[in-house]
Amino acid sequence: MRRALSEISALLVGDPQADRLVPPTGFTARLTLLTSAIMAFLAVFALALSLAAGRLAERWGEELSRSATLRISAPVEQMAEQTAAALRVLETTAGVASARALSEDEQRALLEPWFGPDIPVETLPIPQLIEVIEGDPGYDADGLRLRLQAEVPGAVLDDHTRWRRPLIEAASRLLAFGWLSIGLIFTAMAAMITLAANAALAANAQVIAVLRLVGARDSYIAAAFERRFTLRALSGAAIGMVAGLVAVWFLPEAQEAGGFLTGLGFAGAGWLWPLIIPPLAAGVGFAATRNAARKTLRGLS
Amino acid sequence: MIELDNVAYSYGGGELLSGISFAMQPGSFHFLTGPSGSGKTTFLKLCYGALVPTSGHVRLFDRDVRTMSRDDVAMTRRRIGVVHQDVQFLDHLPVADNVALPLTVSGRAHLDELANLRELLGWVGLKARADALPPELSGGERQRAALARAVIMSPDVILADEPTGNVDWEMSQRLLKLLVELNRMGKTVMIASHDLGLIRAAKTQVQARVLRIANRQLHLAGADL
Repeated sequence: MRRALSEISALLVGDPQADRLVPPTGFTARLTLLTSAIMAFLAVFALALSLAAGRLAERWGEELSRSATLRISAPVEQMAEQTAAALRVLETTAGVASARALSEDEQRALLEPWFGPDIPVETLPIPQLIEVIEGDPGYDADGLRLRLQAEVPGAVLDDHTRWRRPLIEAASRLLAFGWLSIGLIFTAMAAMITLAANAALAANAQVIAVLRLVGARDSYIAAAFERRFTLRALSGAAIGMVAGLVAVWFLPEAQEAGGFLTGLGFAGAGWLWPLIIPPLAAGVGFAATRNAARKTLRGLS
Repeated sequence: MIELDNVAYSYGGGELLSGISFAMQPGSFHFLTGPSGSGKTTFLKLCYGALVPTSGHVRLFDRDVRTMSRDDVAMTRRRIGVVHQDVQFLDHLPVADNVALPLTVSGRAHLDELANLRELLGWVGLKARADALPPELSGGERQRAALARAVIMSPDVILADEPTGNVDWEMSQRLLKLLVELNRMGKTVMIASHDLGLIRAAKTQVQARVLRIANRQLHLAGADL
């Protein structure tokens, strides 16, 4: 670890003399810079996507909060009896943490948006609602339905999980997809830098042969290339990251109605995440160049 | 310092050198001669660790080349100065930097060494060309720059492969004089050359031994040369 740190610091400080030994190559340098910038730009979006998908999955997961609703529709005179029976069933069901019949006031509050504040709930044949909180581990919804069917014919279990679970699954998939994209982006970057480094090594075959002849160690020769490509990857990725952040900044704010799509972006400390892209790119550039250089040098006498 | 013990070297199918035993004595001056393609360059490459023998042992400063790591070979090259016929430089750096290259890569490019650099450039007659780029040099200037680069680390051995191949007679005499001077300063010198005139000229200045490669073998040539 300490060795790695000292190597990195030596790399950043550099040896101005060693730097001059390899002639500058404008074209490869600009291409490496450009590709790193593009990859970092894409990585910012992949990161935004991942973080947004993560937030979404979490939010939906919380909203689900393991709750379900039992709806009892029965003639008025049987309502109280059936409610009590349903509560008994629920209380004896493994995996149900608590069950509670909603009071008339609560039911009125639920209906208020549709019927206004003054409806006489008690005179209407509206179903009785029972809020069911799932324990951990949860209950067997199908088993519960069967039991209810037998004992409380008018009861319908409305299980939120049934329609929310696929959405959460989709969000988690999206999250995995985002991280996969980031992995692919950096793999592509490593491949590109390896190609560029190989091109630079091939173009500088004479330089390498001369250095080797006058007694330069492999590590010394490799360092001249490593430093260049690391700095190119670092600066290119920094430019791309800033561009990506600016683009994400100008995405429309998340809105209730917009749902998922407008929620794409960073939130709070999430804005700090993209900062790891340039160092990561530099690390990828360094490793790719070192590999390419060591491989090339081993093939020389 | 450089020892070859029953060394053979083959490229692909054919054997180029075989059964070669030779020990380089410190302070000696050798010519290596033989027809083109007889293996002079291969012999020299074996001597500075650029090639590993197919069989037999090469010892550089008492270490077997086979047991040396790449870094060991690099460190050994700092003690062996090499001049090639088609000498290569870093074409984007001026002559002075190229001559100082061995110091740079070994981390010894200090101010006092750089004073030596000026002296060395004066010795090979390139003081005025110190800021020129290598592609601007003439053949003779390139060879002298290569010689300066080969000796700046004050190596124990100087190996020169056809150093006079691309230069006229006068320039070859000048290079020879420099190599003889180095030998008088105690350096071991080996020159591969098929230029018999050069060898004869050298014999008047220094006690040189002539090795000849023929039929894959190394022979000590007679005094008739």
